[in-house]
Amino acid sequence: MSISIRLQPRQEASAALQLAVLVLSLLAGFVAVGLVFVVKGVNPFFALWKILAGSFGSLYGISETVTKAIPLILIGTGLTLVFRAKFWNIGAESQLLMGAIFATWVGLNLGARLPAWLVVPLMFLAGFLGGAVWGLLPALFKVRFGVNEVISTLMLNYVAAEFLTLLIVGPWKGATQQGFPYTDDLPAAAVLPLIPGTRIHYLTLLVALACAVVLFFLVYSTKFGYELRVVGENPEAARYAGIDFLRTTVVLMVISGGVAGLAGVGETAGIHHHLTYPAVISGGYGFTAIIVAWLAKLNPLAVIISALFFAGILVGGDAIQISLGLPAATVHVFNGILLFFLIMGDTFVHNRIVVSRQRRA
Amino acid sequence: MPKIEVLEMSNISKSFHTTRANHRVNLRIQAGEILGLLGENGAGKTTLMNILYGLIPVDEGEIRINGQSVRIESPRDAIDLGIGMVHQHFMLIQNHTVAENIALGLSDAPFLSPSRHVARRVEEFGRRFGLKINPRERIWQLSAGEQQRVEIVKALVKGADLLILDEPTSVLTPQETEELFAILRRMAAEGHSVIFISHKLEEILSICRRVLVLRKGEVAGRAETKNVDKRELARMMVGREIIFRIERPHLEQGEMVLDVKDLVVPGDRRQIAVRGVRFRVFRNEIFGIAGVSGNGQRELIEAVTGLRKATEGTVVLNGQNITNASARVVASRGISHVPEERIKFGIVPNLFVYENAVLKQHRRRLFSRVLFLNYGSIRKHASAIIEQFNVSVPTIDTPIKNLSGGNIQKLILGREISSRPVLLVAAHPTYGLDVGATEYIRKQLLQKREQGLAVLLVSEDLEEIFELCDRIAVMYEGRLMGILPTAEATMEDVGLMMAGSLSGAAVETGQ
Repeated sequence: MSISIRLQPRQEASAALQLAVLVLSLLAGFVAVGLVFVVKGVNPFFALWKILAGSFGSLYGISETVTKAIPLILIGTGLTLVFRAKFWNIGAESQLLMGAIFATWVGLNLGARLPAWLVVPLMFLAGFLGGAVWGLLPALFKVRFGVNEVISTLMLNYVAAEFLTLLIVGPWKGATQQGFPYTDDLPAAAVLPLIPGTRIHYLTLLVALACAVVLFFLVYSTKFGYELRVVGENPEAARYAGIDFLRTTVVLMVISGGVAGLAGVGETAGIHHHLTYPAVISGGYGFTAIIVAWLAKLNPLAVIISALFFAGILVGGDAIQISLGLPAATVHVFNGILLFFLIMGDTFVHNRIVVSRQRRA
Repeated sequence: MPKIEVLEMSNISKSFHTTRANHRVNLRIQAGEILGLLGENGAGKTTLMNILYGLIPVDEGEIRINGQSVRIESPRDAIDLGIGMVHQHFMLIQNHTVAENIALGLSDAPFLSPSRHVARRVEEFGRRFGLKINPRERIWQLSAGEQQRVEIVKALVKGADLLILDEPTSVLTPQETEELFAILRRMAAEGHSVIFISHKLEEILSICRRVLVLRKGEVAGRAETKNVDKRELARMMVGREIIFRIERPHLEQGEMVLDVKDLVVPGDRRQIAVRGVRFRVFRNEIFGIAGVSGNGQRELIEAVTGLRKATEGTVVLNGQNITNASARVVASRGISHVPEERIKFGIVPNLFVYENAVLKQHRRRLFSRVLFLNYGSIRKHASAIIEQFNVSVPTIDTPIKNLSGGNIQKLILGREISSRPVLLVAAHPTYGLDVGATEYIRKQLLQKREQGLAVLLVSEDLEEIFELCDRIAVMYEGRLMGILPTAEATMEDVGLMMAGSLSGAAVETGQ
């Protein structure tokens, strides 16, 4: 007797099945993460409970979770768009940084002279522009010279990070910061207001929610959304249908980079109030948002929920780092493993498993 | 292994999901016999043969060789038992030589210079069966017919007693088909057996001794070819009477619609694919371009429809120069396009039927307002196409990939005609479709011709060309070998022109 297991392409996958696969993938991912904890000598259930308690178990935890969800929602919604068109932008991290740089310039130079109602919109505009420019570059490299966007967006992350470092230790180094590599603090008019008692810069949160709604309609009810889905699903058919690949890609990356730039505005003007080391400004939101977009099944509205989920893991991860003495990289391991399982889960959505017993002659 | 004297497949059943691809099929073939396996697309011919070749596992049933039950779980098992298969799409490495391709995967090839060892055997088989191939040539230098011979020799060198040929003539000129038949007859005379899959009735009648007809996965009939005619076979295959000749009423040529002059178009590898082609297409006319695929037809059509830039020459539509205009502009000027490889180019498989029903037309005023799409009118349009063109589909909210090839093609044709074009460009519109769908699509094309449409038809199917076209151009190596009115053309002449060995009288009539 031998047992053979084969995958057979599935014709259609029901919504219930997709949801079940999603839940099971997450569960399987948690089990794998649990193994990591076991190896580290920590009771995985205890660790998971700690994470949950840290992120959703208190008002403070919840407010921190929402704070961290803001950049994830912004970047994640943008990524759903480009991923749908099969443009793999993994440079959101640097698009965020460029947004932060552009917005800081506006804040530092105009913040003292203009009222807040004018400076803040200008900063968001500048942030969008900064991210958009940085997103545009790899799009142009791709359509003009055929440069693989995975490489170019990844490499541009380093360029932007080094550029930011150059600014804060060089020309933009603040006179009032006692030698620390920070820019001067933003003037009061350029600082985003918070919900009292929290770090939630609610203006950015509103912008993020609006982005999710607008991009949802963009994907599902506009001509452009239709074209981007055609480009992503079948580029040959897009060519046949006269859809301009260059224009579509460029527009997509402007949007995706732009909203990542908005996240950069929120992080600088809402949290740090000055530019500082790239890892402090972002700390990996651009990468975490990739998983956020994936978990949301590339649906911009669903990104809101998956962003909260992963923000919770980030916050809870910080909590166990302190309380259980686990290394900082734990959260990244955690996220990476979950992404693996989410992507593997797709195999079961697209295929059915056929187990058959056969007798060998 | 002993030589295959008798091979039997009995009560073979295989289901995919809920579709029954094969149901209790019995097949028997003896050494020295050529057995025809006839059926429409989707009738289960290829499934049955893939089971025999170990590519897919069988659900139920038994395979016996010389009376002994055997298990075939992989192509390796099949090859060891003496079964060889030549697929419709060749599995050859383009940059390697013939001998290298054959040596690849050959278990008894010596470690050192395997291709020299193979070359000797290739020549030996060549002499025995009249298979002319040079083992030292590289695959890309060979014509489709020659590549097919390489596949056959590959199977023979691996020790095949039984050879399965899946739609082997679809890439051949009529002359190459005759050469293939001569080879097969010699093989049969030497005691090999051949299973010949086809949906072309003439071929089955001319090469096979017996024929097994499949319909919807079941055996619909079996016969000695000397006792049946085309009509009877067609009835078995389709389950109803088929009209073989569609009426093509004589129509006066209308005004000129398309004027192509001295067009030169580069190919994918920067070679010149179209070398100075000129022709005109008129209203009330179907203008056919015949030829073996790969002779520049694809590049020509892409240049006309705005998908590829020409380097020289002009394309004029209704007096307007549209040379090298974008696909979008070309479509808006009134050229619609039924593309070859419908699934690759013509649809977006994962999108819904209604979304596919407006591909390329989604910018029309009817379907969009400023930025937004008007899904109400899009759905209405999709339903109208489905009704008018007999597309069988459960609902328009199904991903289009779930439709059969015939239904996809009907939807594409309906979509392209519904935009009220002045010129319809149709590339291989019935390729791979079953008899019913083929008949339907051909009738639609003729009907549109009567209504004044100009049609530019590219096809490898000579029967289709002769049946539908008012004038026939034959394309060979990027040039038109000649343009003939169908009434004055013969299959033989067109066949020779396709092979490049006859330059037509180049009678450009009506121009």
